[in-house]
Amino acid sequence: MSVSIAEPDPRRGAWYLRGPWIAILSVIGFLLVWFVAAHIAQSRLLPGPVEVIAYIYEEALHGDLLFQLGITLWRVVAAFVVAMVIGSVVGLIMGEMPAVNRVLDPWLIVLLNLPALVIIILAYVWFGLNEAAAIGAVALNKIPNVIVTLREGARSLDPGLDEMARAYRLSPWSKFRNVVLPQLQPYFATASRTGLSLIWKIVLVVELLGRPNGVGFELHLNFQLFNVTAILGYTLAFVAIMLAIEYLLVQPLERHSTRWRNRPV
Amino acid sequence: MNDTQHAGATAQFKIRIDEKTHIGADSTRLTAIRNLSLELKPESMTVLMGPSGCGKTTLLRTVAGLDDQYTGEIDMPPSARLGFMFQEPRLLPWRTVRQNIELVCAPGFSEQDLQTLAEAVGVDDMLQRYPQELSLGLARRAALARAFSTEPDLLLLDEPFVSLDERTADRLRSLLLDVWSARPTTAVMVTHNPREAILLADQLVLMAPRPTHVLAVETIDIPQGQRDAKMVEALHNDLAERFPENFAGL
Repeated sequence: MSVSIAEPDPRRGAWYLRGPWIAILSVIGFLLVWFVAAHIAQSRLLPGPVEVIAYIYEEALHGDLLFQLGITLWRVVAAFVVAMVIGSVVGLIMGEMPAVNRVLDPWLIVLLNLPALVIIILAYVWFGLNEAAAIGAVALNKIPNVIVTLREGARSLDPGLDEMARAYRLSPWSKFRNVVLPQLQPYFATASRTGLSLIWKIVLVVELLGRPNGVGFELHLNFQLFNVTAILGYTLAFVAIMLAIEYLLVQPLERHSTRWRNRPV
Repeated sequence: MNDTQHAGATAQFKIRIDEKTHIGADSTRLTAIRNLSLELKPESMTVLMGPSGCGKTTLLRTVAGLDDQYTGEIDMPPSARLGFMFQEPRLLPWRTVRQNIELVCAPGFSEQDLQTLAEAVGVDDMLQRYPQELSLGLARRAALARAFSTEPDLLLLDEPFVSLDERTADRLRSLLLDVWSARPTTAVMVTHNPREAILLADQLVLMAPRPTHVLAVETIDIPQGQRDAKMVEALHNDLAERFPENFAGL
């Protein structure tokens, strides 16, 4: 007996397969498990979702949650921009020029394997407990990943399209914008995806070790107070921001820049 | 003020390549061209025919300035505009057909010119499409439109009709002739299809195997529009008799 299983097309399937329903259901499921676990534990060390959300609401209205989130977000954005710009430039140069690649490759491997904590501590020791050292240390942790990704992108550039651009005498700027950049787009997308999540985790460590504000500082403070509700509250609030950036900024941008793809003949 | 722009339309193109050697990644040397010299008549179609891998594509790339690692001289106006049709369409997949053309077209190329050209090659309905939505035949048409949109002084065609079925290839050949006759351009085409060569060439250049050079130049005086199947067959048999090496097995 042979059974053929047709892969259902998600766009044409039942209503619950379309849209965000499954994702929403999955989140509700998670909250339910959390709620039940907290109810059973009945401990100050595992507050339920209702208490945590109430804490977020209260702190946002009367505390300085929004201020702390804003500070951390600014550090994430600053480190992200610095890492993407420097990493992209170096990565593209290394991908295009084998000689430069041979010189810088050992540095890259060292940097890739240097623990984030080491970079942060050294940055604070050498440059002081200031904003520039904090952001620089975070960026330096991310730069090697961006370099590796964009170097791969530069290596995968289509030589056929390069010849086309040269035969038609495109100006360097026009060639970059119309021929090179669209080919690098998926690599930029990958680098920024993994970048944002990595960077915000490192920013918290930087704040914990040497900044007087931000989510990391608050986590440290509340750890000393054993205030798990606050710890979960701050974490949840910032995760929500990162999710919003992913769904409202990164994904629509990506859909826009890849709209030429996946159109059947 | 723009008289240099079309200097190539009447200028002679002289190609002399003493030696062109590829150096492989493992530093093996492969001489593709040796002692080749060729003069292109203005506003005529020169077709290069030779065995596969003899260095025809290398020659086109060198003429286009894509490869300057050779000894010799290519005499052409520095401001000459090029149109290049590659073996694959090489359209930018992230740009629509219209954007692909507008990216390279000549400075004075107007919307009207674009419409006329698109209609002539039959892609006027496809201007808003992305290349991936087109069949290979249609993509080739778009690439042909792009090559002509630069109002080239020199048009280079690298086996532009390979891997198409014979009917589509035939349609595209007559299309090329139509567009080309409307705006006579000095053109060089590479092919290993002898009937295609005889159908399109003013000057038929037979090339030697690698390292390649010019074996013979045959001038075909009958205007392309008047060549029918019988005539092509007769010319083909005549050439096959005189150059059995080049026509063996074709």
